[in-house]
Amino acid sequence: MIKFLARRLVQMALLFVVFLSIVWLLLQAMPGDIADTLVGNPDIPREQRIELRERLGLDEPLHIQYVTYIKNFFQGEMGVSFSRYPQDVSTVIWQHLPRTIVLFLTATLFAFWLGFKSGKLIAWGRGGRSEQGFIVGGVFLQTVFYPWFAIVMMWVFGFYLGWFPISRFIDARLWQGAPYDANDIFEQMIVSALIVTVLYSLARYLIRRFAPTVVIEARLRQAAAIVTVGGLILYWYLHPARTYVADIAHHTMLPVITLGLVAFGATMLLTRSAMLETLGEDYILTARAKGLPDRVIRDRHAARNAMLPVTTSLVLQLAFVIGGGIVTEYVFSWPGTGQLLLQATVVSDIPLAAGILAVTGVLALVGHLVADVLYTVLDPRIRIS
Amino acid sequence: MSLGEPTQVRQEEPQPVGIEPADTTAAEQLVKTPMWRVRLRLFRQSFARNWALFRENKMGMVGLVLIGIFAVMAISHPILMATVWDPKVYHPVTGYDAVLTEFTVVEEVTDETSEIELMEARLKLNPTIDVGDVVRIPAQPAPPTWTGENPHYLGTDPQGRDILSQLLYSTRAAFFLGAVAALTAVVIATTVGSVAAYFGGWIDGGLMRFADLILLMPLLPLLIVMSAAFDINMVMLGVLIGLLNGFGGVAIVLKSQALSIKVKAYIDAAKVAGGGDWHVIFRHIVPNVLPLTFLYMMFGVTEAIALEATLSFFGLLNVPMTWGLMINTAQSNGYLLSGTQYWWLLFPAGLAVTFLAFAFFIVGRGMDEVINPRLRAR
Repeated sequence: MIKFLARRLVQMALLFVVFLSIVWLLLQAMPGDIADTLVGNPDIPREQRIELRERLGLDEPLHIQYVTYIKNFFQGEMGVSFSRYPQDVSTVIWQHLPRTIVLFLTATLFAFWLGFKSGKLIAWGRGGRSEQGFIVGGVFLQTVFYPWFAIVMMWVFGFYLGWFPISRFIDARLWQGAPYDANDIFEQMIVSALIVTVLYSLARYLIRRFAPTVVIEARLRQAAAIVTVGGLILYWYLHPARTYVADIAHHTMLPVITLGLVAFGATMLLTRSAMLETLGEDYILTARAKGLPDRVIRDRHAARNAMLPVTTSLVLQLAFVIGGGIVTEYVFSWPGTGQLLLQATVVSDIPLAAGILAVTGVLALVGHLVADVLYTVLDPRIRIS
Repeated sequence: MSLGEPTQVRQEEPQPVGIEPADTTAAEQLVKTPMWRVRLRLFRQSFARNWALFRENKMGMVGLVLIGIFAVMAISHPILMATVWDPKVYHPVTGYDAVLTEFTVVEEVTDETSEIELMEARLKLNPTIDVGDVVRIPAQPAPPTWTGENPHYLGTDPQGRDILSQLLYSTRAAFFLGAVAALTAVVIATTVGSVAAYFGGWIDGGLMRFADLILLMPLLPLLIVMSAAFDINMVMLGVLIGLLNGFGGVAIVLKSQALSIKVKAYIDAAKVAGGGDWHVIFRHIVPNVLPLTFLYMMFGVTEAIALEATLSFFGLLNVPMTWGLMINTAQSNGYLLSGTQYWWLLFPAGLAVTFLAFAFFIVGRGMDEVINPRLRAR
């Protein structure tokens, strides 16, 4: 397993260098060079322009420029943004990245969890009347014109029903004069959510390992979920900044639900077909012949095996969720890297756009790696050999 | 003509079996039958078989009907423009119509589409107007009108252009883009997949790693950044999406299919008969991989339509009029949250993108069931 993962890691590092090279090629393909854009002002004399080109290393041969670019990237140096002039690209991206990652992670997890559960149940109750409805709904969610869907969601839940705030990440009026920094609070929220997730996973693992029967296991699992999530809520309820935290959480909900719903359709359809395939296998018949309860056959024998192809497809989903994230951020004015990318593109802030593209590549690769790890954990054929 | 093909024909055609050895004329006739006719017959037979299977899938049929409706829409636009519609009024990009909408003059406006405030009406028209009067003002976007000299069945957009005309015009653009993207993807994917499977070794390794890379690459951010650097139009976008799609996931799937074909006896026969590498690839492997590519063409079209609509929703493409651009127009004019009040600005275009993508997707699913018998209902 370690060997397999190490090989994947090396492969991914190589892939990333190729990806970065493509980004660099894109930069090179732009008309004019960066110095021309930076000093588009005709008042700047020729000598200074030449000096700037020298200082930026643009007079060097291309292959040296290329090596410098790659080297700088790995040192976290991505140049200076044009549109936010004195700021570094890396600083700007770091400010926006946590919000994008949260949107991306929660939506993916929400979609995966709900999609897997419902796909499993639909496949199990095959031939039921609601099956066609779920399939049509799943396909609809998968093919719906996403920006339009987001607009409609925002109109219905944000404007018409008024359940959620319409846009942005915080309510500016509430935060005016607040003793906290929104980014700090947000980071604390992420950390606490991560700790709870880890604790819950650990609890689940232990329960699975030591619970005597399936029924007790399910009960214990529910209890663990209530304790961990309840603990998280209680912690923030007692926190002095609780109105501010609630504000951020309230603003996060609608974008996450919208993005999650769209990703959910695909996962549900996939789980269903994977589940149908495993249900036709001989070991399911054996399990039935042994007289195992339906629930054990469904969850332990069929769903566990159906999880493998679904995990593989998670990789393909990642690219989809990243793309969807950009649309979500744009429609909901969510100040993450996706919105930043669009803003940078519109004003031709090429260093910033390229930097975000590269970071998005890292995000996709890390997601891929996580899916690989999950796969090795799930598949005993890889885990043991 | 290689010797490989007649072998293939005899495998699938039962007729030659019944011919007696002495009856040379019939055998000669069979050999003399032009190859294209044999191919056509085989194609017709397999098509009829697959069609019977496909027809059982209700959703697939719904998809086909939907695509048919959209095709009629696409064809109807140039016809309507040439006959009924005056280009000055109905042109999807440059048309303009000052539709006079009836407003009731009131003190307090509750419904913006049918009421106007007293002071505003007095300023716009004449100072003698009083509450309760009905005035006619050219207002954009105008709601649907079914009568009059120039009826706008779906209303007009914020710039006074006919929505229905834009909708029909964009249908053609969507089909065009889908066709370009799907064709490019299929050509690239079959070539890459077959070449990788046939040669194997480092060619296979290199091509597949490259495919992995493209598969990982998030398409939308990449296209967004490219749109900053280049002026992307419809053809370019189609080719780009096709290239990225074809080199990525589709190539990987087609390669595994090509691998199963590579080990068939007729490939060996073709090689023994002296067929070169490229001859074997393009005359024997590619034709057998092709049916599977139709499936991915459908999914490719879905993706291309969604990507184009999203990019033009952001206003990043150099296109005259598309569904995404229609929503962009509504959004940039401040009608994003108008919801049902100005439904004709958001719903026709949004639903059109959704339904066309939906249609291609369910046709693809239907085809999937024809090709993979395991998916069929038992």
